[in-house]
Amino acid sequence: MAKESDASAPATRREPVIRLRDAELRFGPRLLWHDLDLDVAPGEFLAVLGPNGTGKTSLLKVLLGQNALSAGTAEVGGREVHKGNPAIGYIPQQRGIDPHTPMRGRDLVRMGIDGHRWGMSLLSRGRKKKVEDLLASVGATDYADAPAGTVSGGELQRLRVAQSLANDPTVLLCDEPLLSLDLHHQQVVAALLHEQRVERDAAVVFVTHEINPILPYVDRVLYIVGGHFLIGTPAEVMTTESLSRLYGAPVEVVRVGGRLVVVGGEEECVDHHNLPDDSFDLDGTVVNR
Amino acid sequence: MSIPEIFANLFTFEDYGELVALLANSLIAAALLGVVGGLISVFVMARDIPFAVHGVSELSFAGAAFALLVGFDVVTGSIVGSVVAALIIGIGGAKDSEKNAIIGVLMPFGLGLAILFLALYDGRAASKFGLLTGQIVAITPGQILTLIICALAVLVVLAIVWRPLMFSSLDPEVARAKGVPVSVLTIVFMLTLGLAVALSVQVVGVLLVLALLITPAAAATQLSASPVWVPVLSVIFAVTASVGGILIALGSPVVPISPFVTTISFLIYVVCRLVGGRRMESLHRRRAHRAAREHNTPIPTP
Repeated sequence: MAKESDASAPATRREPVIRLRDAELRFGPRLLWHDLDLDVAPGEFLAVLGPNGTGKTSLLKVLLGQNALSAGTAEVGGREVHKGNPAIGYIPQQRGIDPHTPMRGRDLVRMGIDGHRWGMSLLSRGRKKKVEDLLASVGATDYADAPAGTVSGGELQRLRVAQSLANDPTVLLCDEPLLSLDLHHQQVVAALLHEQRVERDAAVVFVTHEINPILPYVDRVLYIVGGHFLIGTPAEVMTTESLSRLYGAPVEVVRVGGRLVVVGGEEECVDHHNLPDDSFDLDGTVVNR
Repeated sequence: MSIPEIFANLFTFEDYGELVALLANSLIAAALLGVVGGLISVFVMARDIPFAVHGVSELSFAGAAFALLVGFDVVTGSIVGSVVAALIIGIGGAKDSEKNAIIGVLMPFGLGLAILFLALYDGRAASKFGLLTGQIVAITPGQILTLIICALAVLVVLAIVWRPLMFSSLDPEVARAKGVPVSVLTIVFMLTLGLAVALSVQVVGVLLVLALLITPAAAATQLSASPVWVPVLSVIFAVTASVGGILIALGSPVVPISPFVTTISFLIYVVCRLVGGRRMESLHRRRAHRAAREHNTPIPTP
């Protein structure tokens, strides 16, 4: 499968904050992806797309130092990937929080600042100020004292954004942060992330099923299907030709009311290239719902 | 027998002052266990593992019963039993989905062993019963010393790991991403939980450990979500229950300690729950207000 030859961001010539070279990830006999060369520039917004089980979340875990590459190298912030890299801010997949969990919105943010340190926490004035500033920057001051389990999904994701910014990261890794949000909040949270990355010049790696809410902000797309991938601008990757080539099957990208819809791409991760042609059915499965 | 007569038989408060003086050590131990129970229960709530407490307590029971059978120190036996159980759960049940199954498998096994050991034991029946219902006034000064040392050890460990343990309990994914050793902390916590269970078993017995290791924080989290107030309230509730239970029980020649401890604990929870219900209502009202206000603000455009 052909891939984009130029791995570096077209717009900038600065040192990349993420650098993958000949990267390969495999779990036992299962090869997720290989020969991945990727440079992400400071302030760049990279969307990672693809069906379930293609190793999108695993890519984030490689950058977090939690999954080791089976071949190749990975650097974040000029250093080899390692656990607890302070250059990284992380937004996990949305998980329900019990209303009686002893944690307020501001505690969630504060843990992003000093939660990893030993001992009891004595909240210094500087740290308190920092928490207030972070809460204000995402518009969460209003509900900062409410238990985190009692705020709405959209409000929680704002707190998550504030938490991920706590250590002034140069890289933001986001794992489906818009999942289970309604359309309005998807747009609010996407706009917020964009605003923060511009203000802080932080690169964003955004794993998602749904490119539309972030489409206005995305610089480049990494689209992974069955071990193969494409890297390029949305205009280059999100086309009927490119994705049909990538899926190895007829896939159609249509624009409906300003939204991109991929028709015919399958949800499951299947290595299409080993299957006879007639095993594909264009069942109208929509990858980017 | 009329009800006042029943009460007159239950509570005599004879020689009360002397009894309190005599049991000063037990009261100190109970207060310390209250502090430990109150703090541990905050993490039990934060990690949502009340079932683990119950599972550990039954293996603690098996350990104590075995010690009783072979003539070994009962307190040490219960500590060994619960620490082993806590380690098995902590190491084997790394995933939440596995944890409950492992506890469910361990629990009847532990209880079965305990019944076997007690059946083989031909000593005093009161010793058997004490394991189930608590026996802190009956234990020796040497055992109280063991309890105090273990309680202090738990408090020191908690003070050291407090922040990262709280982080990894409340928000494990981000904690791991920040380099917090989440798996190691799980095992450290399960060890302290094991010790706390073994200590609490001495006060309220195997069957009622939950009253000191779950109820206090469950009550506190009804009132607050603050990382300072929840532990403080939880400790106050647990100490009130453990020390208060003993003080009331001393006035009664027939009733053991545990019913008083559990009743105080339960009543505190009921009151907190009633107050907390209103708090939740108001929190939900405010959330609806915010949603309505946000609905009226335009969606940001790029």
